[in-house]
Amino acid sequence: MPTNGYDDRKNRTNLGSHLKRETSVIGRPLMKVDAMSKVTGQALYADDIHLPRMAYARMLPSTQPHARIVRVDTSKAEALPGVLAVITGRDLPIKYGILPVSQDETALAVDKVRFVGEPVAAVAAVDEETAERALELIEVEYEPLKPIMSIEEALEETEVRIQEYGHAGNIHKMVSLQFGDVEAGFAEADYVREDLFFYQGNNHLAMEEHSAVAHYSPDGKLTLWSSTQTPHYVHRALAKVLELPPSRIRVIACHPGGGFGGKSDPFHHEICAAKLAMLTGRPVKITLTREEVFYAHRGRHPVLMWVKTGVKKTGEITAMHFRSMLDGGAYGSYGVATTYYTGALQTVTYKIPRYKFEGLRVFTNKPPCGPKRGHGTPQPRFALEVHFDKICEHMGWDPAEWRQRQACEPFSLTANYLRITTIGLRECIEKVVEASGFKEKFRQLPYGRGVGLACSAYLSGANLPIYWNDMPHSGAMVKVDRGGGVTVYCGSTDIGQGSNSVLAYVVAEVLGVRPHDVAVVTADTDLTPVDLGSYSSRVTVMTGNAAIEAAQKVRDLLFRAAADELGAAPEQLEAAGGRIFRRDDPGVGLPFAKVAQLAEARFGTLAAVGSFTPPKTPGRYKGAGVGPSPSYSYTACVVEVDVDPETGWVRVPKVWIAHDIGRAINPILVEGQAEGSVYMGLGEALMEEQVFRRNLHKIPSMLDYKSPTFLETPDIETILVETNDPHGPFGAKEAGQGPLLPVPPALCNAIYDAVGVRIDELPVTPDKILKALERKAKGQEPRVGPDRMPDVEWSEPIYVEPPDLEHDPSLVPATGSS
Amino acid sequence: MKQLVSLQVNGERHELYVPVHKTLLEVLREELGLTGTKHGCELGECGACTVLVDGEPILSCLTLPVEVQGRDITTVEGLASQGVPHPLQVAFAELNAAQCGYCTPGMLMSAKALLDRTPDPSPDEVREALAGNLCRCTGYVKIVEAVRLAARRQQGDLGTVVDEIERALNEGVVREPGA
Repeated sequence: MPTNGYDDRKNRTNLGSHLKRETSVIGRPLMKVDAMSKVTGQALYADDIHLPRMAYARMLPSTQPHARIVRVDTSKAEALPGVLAVITGRDLPIKYGILPVSQDETALAVDKVRFVGEPVAAVAAVDEETAERALELIEVEYEPLKPIMSIEEALEETEVRIQEYGHAGNIHKMVSLQFGDVEAGFAEADYVREDLFFYQGNNHLAMEEHSAVAHYSPDGKLTLWSSTQTPHYVHRALAKVLELPPSRIRVIACHPGGGFGGKSDPFHHEICAAKLAMLTGRPVKITLTREEVFYAHRGRHPVLMWVKTGVKKTGEITAMHFRSMLDGGAYGSYGVATTYYTGALQTVTYKIPRYKFEGLRVFTNKPPCGPKRGHGTPQPRFALEVHFDKICEHMGWDPAEWRQRQACEPFSLTANYLRITTIGLRECIEKVVEASGFKEKFRQLPYGRGVGLACSAYLSGANLPIYWNDMPHSGAMVKVDRGGGVTVYCGSTDIGQGSNSVLAYVVAEVLGVRPHDVAVVTADTDLTPVDLGSYSSRVTVMTGNAAIEAAQKVRDLLFRAAADELGAAPEQLEAAGGRIFRRDDPGVGLPFAKVAQLAEARFGTLAAVGSFTPPKTPGRYKGAGVGPSPSYSYTACVVEVDVDPETGWVRVPKVWIAHDIGRAINPILVEGQAEGSVYMGLGEALMEEQVFRRNLHKIPSMLDYKSPTFLETPDIETILVETNDPHGPFGAKEAGQGPLLPVPPALCNAIYDAVGVRIDELPVTPDKILKALERKAKGQEPRVGPDRMPDVEWSEPIYVEPPDLEHDPSLVPATGSS
Repeated sequence: MKQLVSLQVNGERHELYVPVHKTLLEVLREELGLTGTKHGCELGECGACTVLVDGEPILSCLTLPVEVQGRDITTVEGLASQGVPHPLQVAFAELNAAQCGYCTPGMLMSAKALLDRTPDPSPDEVREALAGNLCRCTGYVKIVEAVRLAARRQQGDLGTVVDEIERALNEGVVREPGA
């Protein structure tokens, strides 16, 4: 065996070794089970599917930001040779939406269009060019309505409404929650500070453009292959809109070519492809163009924020009041949840004993915003961590030490009743400060160079499902073959993060077989038990636990079958190395396949199911459903910058990131998530923005929408901290989203360290730095950022008395789950 | 209007009757079934459609088949030899340089062109050579590592690639110091 040069113990600490036991698969830097198919071009993405007799469809985009549809005439398009079917909003009038409270979308606009690019009609034809030509023949008469393009306009305009539902006017949702007497907290403080921030919206820019292929069989069964992260929710939406029984719909998620949250809603093109397949009797494919992807959007919400915090001279936070205003675009999407998320996780990093949150989301005539990596939490985390940097500066505190001192306690509650389990925040800060030389560099580098620190927390899956039900969030089935092969079935979708591999690893670990001998079948609503989808960083924790349960049930059968042969009780057996053997005498054992045959002879077909339902959450107020998670991951980040004061150009030579992963099931995959998060966070912080001019998307192409290339992406040093969380499979927590959060604020704090200006508005483009430097030179406040929040009449808050924030031993579970 | 074109792809000759305006990318994917080559923008912005023409990386979404008649076209499907993957493919798989995998075929072709002319590139040379290929998943870190690992393996005694794959799947990948 070649020497394994990969030192996976490097840079890792163990806090909760009580849960740790010897493993042979978990913790190893293994190749992903589907890696070879991806590097050879064999992995199948939705647009790679070519079925016999397949027709191609295109959708007609609205040219108007806000207008009533007076007339749609499709007769000329229908007459074009090669056109197979034309549909409009009237053919698909049933509303849908990802959240039960926001069923406000139709597959094609019915009476009204609400943004430029919204699909109005769709054509299926023998080829894509004929479909394109047919679109040009469709006549749409619009009666323009006033476009509403910003948060300010949406709040001012109450007569013209984009949607006919919501809080009032163009306010979609308003949230107002208060935990404790915040004003009393401010009165106790020695220093109270207020700041304003703005985080611009941006797109996921997944490399793959969304695609779907639908097939309707003569016996009335519909199959949809799609580049989706959430086949289960697409399944539900198709059943609703097409009025088909769910039992006759099969949704298969192909390998999505990047998701980042952008493929988590049911989409227009999926429903149109299905409808056109039903009408034509032929398979139908729709693949979006890059421009259409910018209109499908569901990207990061632009958020305007105000934060007020009181601190004591001794460092403790006395109270925080946070306000957010989200620009939601034209439809609901995940927006109600996003709104809550902009206020939910403030409390899980540092102790905040009293907390008030007011948030609102407005409708605007732009493509709908939704969940992007971090879902509603990168914006407030940006605001908070820059705000704290300003507080530390004012008070003369070391920003790293202050954060370590104020960190939340393990197994404690927050003011808004989120239950923290393990927390490796202090260790993350310690590691990242040490690795980066932060103490030697902070406020000591030459003008133009600087370092900044920021921290964050993120959930390992939401405790509540998107639609209310009391069923498990994740199910898995494990089947053992007579030859010793193992197959795991699960509804989860591998979007590149490696969730298929995680299933193989945990099952291989429990059954003592090699990961390569485990086949993985996922993301097919006909074949696999429901998993809610690849969102909210839930997959490893939830599917991992479900798969462990299924594998343990199968292992119990194997142990019972082997026990007599091996002359020991089932409890005295172990499974490892492809054998089942006696713990007290490992030489006495049988090959796995032999035991499988004994077990099948005795018990029948060998298979078992497992499922996972998140723990009950302690919060008992309206809105308590957003924020609770089985566990929270923690991250600390140091960014170093090189700012050219002549041009405003920011170069980032290096980023250090330490992440509390609970336990790394495969460290090389966790590193990949951290590195990708740093990259994406820097893209949002420095250049990416979904912006509009004269009611039109300003830059709906990959060339104009700037994203970092190899040349702009810095060296990234990732440090994994392990806390072995009792709710995680083998102690694991999330990795996919949390590490993005601290990157933008760390960057802005570094820019301040470098040139002494505050950019309180993302992205930090060179013109903003130059403007701030100019203001500084003139003796004005050296800052660029918003200067006011629009006046709003906030609802009376729901008042909840906060709990004690100290460590609570009763929150420590008696035993781990693995 | 259709035209007869003759294309030499992955060592195989194809006579095709295709509309003159169809891009090489469309012909590869739709006429020849070589769907390993991807599209991300249709405008030459993302690099996902990169293939090699006489060893040089080109964007197949901006190339017409008539331009490359009689020249050697290599796609990701042609990287492996007799079913044995190219060292770049193995290194990408081992080091998690392919997450969603969508940019990977194009990335591999650009990397192949680099290694063919610069057998032992520095990290900066890798970054420069691949700068036209966007990736949204990896932050590029593991791609740079993978190209360098493949380069070192190509120079040294490789062992059998199949063993490398089997070991990486079951025991763990090798990451040499200074990667």
